[in-house]
Amino acid sequence: MLSLQETPERKLRVATVSLAGCFGCHMSFLDMDENLLDLFELVKFDRSPLTDIKHCGSCDIGFIEGGVCNSENVHVLREFRNNCRTLIAVGACAVNGGLPALRNQLDVREVLREVYFEQPGVVSSTIPNDIELPLLLDKARPINEVVRVDYFIPGCPPSGDAIFKFLTDFIYGRTPRLDYPLIRFD
Amino acid sequence: MNSENTFIIDGMPIPFEPDQTVLQAALKAGVFIPHLCFYPGLRPNGNCKLCTVIINGRHTSACTALARSGIEVENNTPVLDDKRRLLLQMLFVEGNHFCPSCEKSGNCQLQALAYDLEMMTPHFNHFFPSRKVDTSHPEAFLDLNRCVNCGLCVQASREVDKKNIFALSGRGRASHIVINTPSGKLGDSDFALSDKAASVCPVGAILPKRGSFAVPIGQRIYDKLPISSQTEFLMTRKT
Amino acid sequence: MSLVNSSAGGVLEPILERYSRNPHYLMQILRETQEHLDFIPQWAVGYLAEALALERTQVQAVIDFYAFFYDSPHGKYRILFSDNVTDRMQGNAALLSRMLSKFGLAQGQVSGDGLVSIDTTSCTGMCDQGPALLVNSYTVTRLSSQRIDQICELIKGQTPLKEWPAEFFRVEDNIRCKDVLLSTEMVNGQALKRAVELGPQGMLAEMKASNFRGRGGAGFTTGVKWEVCKNAPGEMRYVVCNADEGEPGTFKDRVLLSSFSDRIFEGMTIAGYVIGASKGLVYLRGEYRYMLEKLQATLEARRKTNLLGKDILGQKGFDFDIEIHMGAGAYVCGEETALIESLEGKPGRPRIRPPFPVTNGYLGKPTVVNNVETLAKATLIAQKGGTWYQSLGMKLSTGTKLLSVSGDCDRPGIYEYPFGVRIAQILEDCGARNAMAVQVGGAAGTCLARHEFGRKIAFEDISTSGSFMVFGNNRDMFEVARNFVHFFKHESCGFCTPCRAGTTLMCDLLDKIANGKGTDYEMNELSRLYQLLSTASHCGLGQSAGRPVNDTLQKFRPSYDRRLKQKDFVPAFDLDAALAPAREIMERDDIGAHLGTDL
Repeated sequence: MLSLQETPERKLRVATVSLAGCFGCHMSFLDMDENLLDLFELVKFDRSPLTDIKHCGSCDIGFIEGGVCNSENVHVLREFRNNCRTLIAVGACAVNGGLPALRNQLDVREVLREVYFEQPGVVSSTIPNDIELPLLLDKARPINEVVRVDYFIPGCPPSGDAIFKFLTDFIYGRTPRLDYPLIRFD
Repeated sequence: MNSENTFIIDGMPIPFEPDQTVLQAALKAGVFIPHLCFYPGLRPNGNCKLCTVIINGRHTSACTALARSGIEVENNTPVLDDKRRLLLQMLFVEGNHFCPSCEKSGNCQLQALAYDLEMMTPHFNHFFPSRKVDTSHPEAFLDLNRCVNCGLCVQASREVDKKNIFALSGRGRASHIVINTPSGKLGDSDFALSDKAASVCPVGAILPKRGSFAVPIGQRIYDKLPISSQTEFLMTRKT
Repeated sequence: MSLVNSSAGGVLEPILERYSRNPHYLMQILRETQEHLDFIPQWAVGYLAEALALERTQVQAVIDFYAFFYDSPHGKYRILFSDNVTDRMQGNAALLSRMLSKFGLAQGQVSGDGLVSIDTTSCTGMCDQGPALLVNSYTVTRLSSQRIDQICELIKGQTPLKEWPAEFFRVEDNIRCKDVLLSTEMVNGQALKRAVELGPQGMLAEMKASNFRGRGGAGFTTGVKWEVCKNAPGEMRYVVCNADEGEPGTFKDRVLLSSFSDRIFEGMTIAGYVIGASKGLVYLRGEYRYMLEKLQATLEARRKTNLLGKDILGQKGFDFDIEIHMGAGAYVCGEETALIESLEGKPGRPRIRPPFPVTNGYLGKPTVVNNVETLAKATLIAQKGGTWYQSLGMKLSTGTKLLSVSGDCDRPGIYEYPFGVRIAQILEDCGARNAMAVQVGGAAGTCLARHEFGRKIAFEDISTSGSFMVFGNNRDMFEVARNFVHFFKHESCGFCTPCRAGTTLMCDLLDKIANGKGTDYEMNELSRLYQLLSTASHCGLGQSAGRPVNDTLQKFRPSYDRRLKQKDFVPAFDLDAALAPAREIMERDDIGAHLGTDL
């Protein structure tokens, strides 16, 4: 029977990840406090630091924190794009590169030398190099320069309220929209 | 209201005085038109194009169009706001605007306009230009990564301070602000924090040293009220 | 230091003296400085700033703005290949590569010995006899592999430009079709005499009766423009001839300046007579440097015959003289307020209008800015009368129009037609047998497809500044549009946001599509940018920048579609190449050190 009530038929599957980010957006997510309980009624987590699932299954929402600064970020981002119906860039780094992109004016070699040789307190004579380690891209980039992205939540980090408002709007079929106090770039 | 000296913005009559521009009259009447390169008391520049409105069917910059009685101005429309959002996105990607690390955040007109127009992403591919920060001056630094080429510092220095410290050089995408000293350094000029040019920058390109992050988050200019609700401040600000 | 300064003075002082240390001649002073020193060194910037009482940054800003000024060494021989789409069609890319490889240089690079630099520049106005290049601002036409090889030898032998074969520098007029302007004889002074007989009001009445509209593109009625300027308050008035013929594919002004310069100068003098100006300025594009001496000789001859100078034709108080100012590689200076800024010795950024030049022009004084063709035709109206002129052409487009025809046709060159001529007629006359498209009015103009060849050249239909580029059946209209948009990006002055950033964004999108990385997403982005640029840009440059894309998208959509190779968005940049610096540092080349293109 046709119902005009918009109620999600099932819990939406959400995957989350932090690429070149600081996990601040994930902390902010947890900072939703009691709203988390409401949210858990509506969603169920797939790959995420919250579940420790290592690879992304078929999901409704991919929640991406952090920009793209190395080859592993590219692989993970592609896995999310391939498996998530909707991809959301969350936070300054995913949206515009954020602080990691401050290195974009520097040469990669300079950056590595500075980090592994010049920093006070660093005692080393080599740049870690192993086949397991991902290589740095020449520039750190926002995720929408690498894959198609559907939505953006700016902020460093966006507040828990902003994330909650955005996700509930989305789940209930409203075009997600943040009120003035919730849109912040810092 | 005398219809001799009023015009219409989005159906609303706006009074004006002789020689006032559409933007000035609108702000005075409490009607917000987005803008970046206009500053009260300085000659309009007309370069940011955020104040693009439609006057009697023609796209025009509200900051350079003189108010005339009877003209009809379209301002607050989804189509114009969409264009302004595109312009903001262009300004964001052509420079290096990293709000979390910028001392101007919360007081920045570019950021405030982006909030107001709900710009959720810079959208376009970033140019990531390579620009140096000039820290040579004892009291201020110049970070052209954040410069939007509005020309306000050039004008304020030339016309108000009578110092001529800043100039616009280059062409096209390579347009940039230069300092009028043989070294090109701000520290070698007679720039002072008391200069008008020190206070007109709408973004964080010219900032005082040691005065950063003094106002806590929540109390900065655009934390509580959107820029569109602060027309009086925009028209009366002096520093 | 004093030694440097005295030698600096040695070069710069005569130049400064010649221009009376007047800062409004900064462009001319910089050009002559560079002609002596091959570039403008920092000590010269300082010296000139001091001598002209300018800020150092004002001098630097002018050098930075104009493409032909260099503040660092660019070689003793500075080669710039004309890179209009017509040069491309004539094979300039292969010739450029040939020259680069002969010197082992990359484009834009200066050779280690400081001998030569090789780069490209916007259309040099030799589309009927290209491909062309500029060497130290002098035009070389009809390039071939053989000619390139000869040029390389001359450069290697450090042969002075004066000793290069004159044939290299030969520029033909290629007049193919004459109507009233090109076929009417005029004895020098004849039109001016008639104007003086009529008196300023009488001559103005003839201009107005002719209903003649400016030939620069905008089509403002010339008589009305003169009248507004004449009536504007002020003591000094100026007549400016816009000879900054920069619209890609246009070269009719080149021909008028080469072979009909007396008509142009006489037209300026008539304009001066009508509006009460005593000074005329010709703004000659830097690409036409080769004409300068000849034009100056013509002016000198006119002074000797009292057609310029004091009490012209014995009329007491009719004083008028003409100066030539050279541009230095900036298309935007074709916009009249940018042109005036440039005449004043500043970067050519368009002013805010109103006020218009007719009331606030050169040095803030009332100024008439007219196109070369407009001024030449004013002499014809003086000779034959406004009513006669008004009877030619169409109702709202009286008289004739000079067209610069180039591209895929047998007889490129200059064609003069009465307004109202159909595209198909022009194509037939120039021998364009397989035309698929015509770009009328240059990069900023209109792209017409075959079904539109019945349309007319007229302000009522297809208005044009005179460029007419023909594209044959096998041409790729996507690449044509891409060439034009890159042109606009190169020429954007940077003043306003939409044009400064938008032209770059449009180029990046077109390049992405050209690289096989496009989808419908990029196509949609192009349309959005076009909508913004065409409405929000400050001047005609930005407003037109997206037009080539918009027109070709409508009429040649498949040339875009066949390039859309991706099913879903892919990055514009090469991810694997972005790992290259790290691979080199880490000395890795394993599979994990690479990124494929698959999602």
